[in-house]
Amino acid sequence: MTSRLERITTYALLIAASAFALYPMGLILFSALQPDSVGGTGAFHFDNFETAWRVGHFGRYMANSILVAVVVVVVSATLSSLAGYAFGTMKFRGSSALFYLLLLGLMVPSEAIVIPLYYDLRGLGLTDTYAALILPQIAQSLAFGVFWMRQYFRSVPPEIVEAARMDGAGHGRVLWSILLPMGRPAIITMVLLVLMWTWNEFLLPLVMLPTNEGLRTAPLGLSFFKGQYTEGTSLLAAGAVLVALPIVVFYIFAQRHFIRGMLEGSVKG
Amino acid sequence: MADTVPQPPRAGRRQAGPPGEPRRIAYLYIAPALLVFGLFFLTPLLHAVWLSLYEWDGLSVGTWVGLDNYRLVLTDEALREPFVHALTLIVFFSIIPCALGLALASMITRSAVRGVNFFRTVLFLPQVVALVVVAVAWRQIFAPDGPLNDFLRTVGLGDVARGWLGDERYALICIGIVGIWVCTGLCVVLFLAGLSKVPRELYEAARLDGAGPIREFITISVPAVRGELAVALTLTLVAAMRTFDLVYVMTSGGPGTSSRVPAYEVWDRAINKGQVGVGVTVALILTAFILLCTVLINRLSESADS
Repeated sequence: MTSRLERITTYALLIAASAFALYPMGLILFSALQPDSVGGTGAFHFDNFETAWRVGHFGRYMANSILVAVVVVVVSATLSSLAGYAFGTMKFRGSSALFYLLLLGLMVPSEAIVIPLYYDLRGLGLTDTYAALILPQIAQSLAFGVFWMRQYFRSVPPEIVEAARMDGAGHGRVLWSILLPMGRPAIITMVLLVLMWTWNEFLLPLVMLPTNEGLRTAPLGLSFFKGQYTEGTSLLAAGAVLVALPIVVFYIFAQRHFIRGMLEGSVKG
Repeated sequence: MADTVPQPPRAGRRQAGPPGEPRRIAYLYIAPALLVFGLFFLTPLLHAVWLSLYEWDGLSVGTWVGLDNYRLVLTDEALREPFVHALTLIVFFSIIPCALGLALASMITRSAVRGVNFFRTVLFLPQVVALVVVAVAWRQIFAPDGPLNDFLRTVGLGDVARGWLGDERYALICIGIVGIWVCTGLCVVLFLAGLSKVPRELYEAARLDGAGPIREFITISVPAVRGELAVALTLTLVAAMRTFDLVYVMTSGGPGTSSRVPAYEVWDRAINKGQVGVGVTVALILTAFILLCTVLINRLSESADS
């Protein structure tokens, strides 16, 4: 089909592009395994991770991130499924207007709302709390979640819902025992994407935690750690690896979900 | 599949009952989502518009200034500069990755590369790593004693070596190079998906007509991925305009003001400098620009379709 030379060029370019994509991650992993101070010997030093975990408080930061991410994912997935069910299978007055209102959340960048949110929540005494990290991120995840779940519910053949209703199942039953179990792949994709976005979020925790260092999430902790330990590259690198690792592991095991979700989710409307 | 199952006469059943008639119960299902979204997204958005009409330091009572903040953002040199920087970043985040992505994806498709899945996974990886981590990695690469300078010295270009992020001329370009790294894989994967829908016979026919790789690329591949190109442009353009994490960690907008971008300006003015009205106005103008670009790109791709 194609000439040998062309195939070889293609492979060479692909390998070069892959090396470019992997290099910064490999570099950081490699630095994390180097001795922190000059004079250390031996091959690899896993103690940097332990030092970063304790001295750099990454244990604490990771725990905060896990708590925030789990609550955001569970609540937003639940609310998205309920709303997506209504938008996808029922007819009601104002449904398209309300749906477009929610879609605003996909289009408007969070930069536009984070400043007023900060002053609103400060007025309520909620800054420097978990609530300030969690509630706005649930709201932002809902735009994608409802959009995504509506798409799934609309893809279900109406005969299935009708048959269940004929058998006397109510709305709740149809959703809970038929549509949600059937929609497991769609739900997993949504959960993984919201998990990734929440875990990686940086601006919101930066703004919402003006004084409370104890609530810092993993990426926020890393950015402050950078300022503190300018000389210890390997400790910083170890922290960076810890922050990136959970999502990268999820990605390696479920890359189809990540790629599918980001490609299909972005093709709006 | 289920296509042998006889279809029930649906038209009749629709009128008889569910599903179809307006449902009041629907509101019960959407209420919790709308409540949270209204409180923590729509309210702050409206509040942002309100704040943009005031001069306010975040503590005392604000002063109504009408549209002065908007006038200031559009005319003040120091406030226009971040937007110019954002436009520069579009070249790195959108245009270069889309071009590279198109070339790579069509080469992969033409040569029917083995292990496409592996390459896809690797190339897409930069999209899932937290940008703060990405910034830490690239700061090390660009450092005065980092791998980039090591490499330059090895190949005899030691004179060029410098602290890249500390140089006014190069700081923004360095952020841009990270943008290429982040966005290219996304574009490749998108275009691969588009190209996989092109029937192989089309390529074979073109080859029988004596079309070379370039002709084939322009007449078959590019039109086939027009929809994906619109998506890729939208996503990467939004990423370029919203850049914050990379700038915050790598350069803090410096040296001087050489790598300040709109999102950084929003945070710095509204949180650090007590210029809440100005900061929020920058955010709203940025939002308007992003919405405009999104609509424009989609319009263009739709009109090209018809």
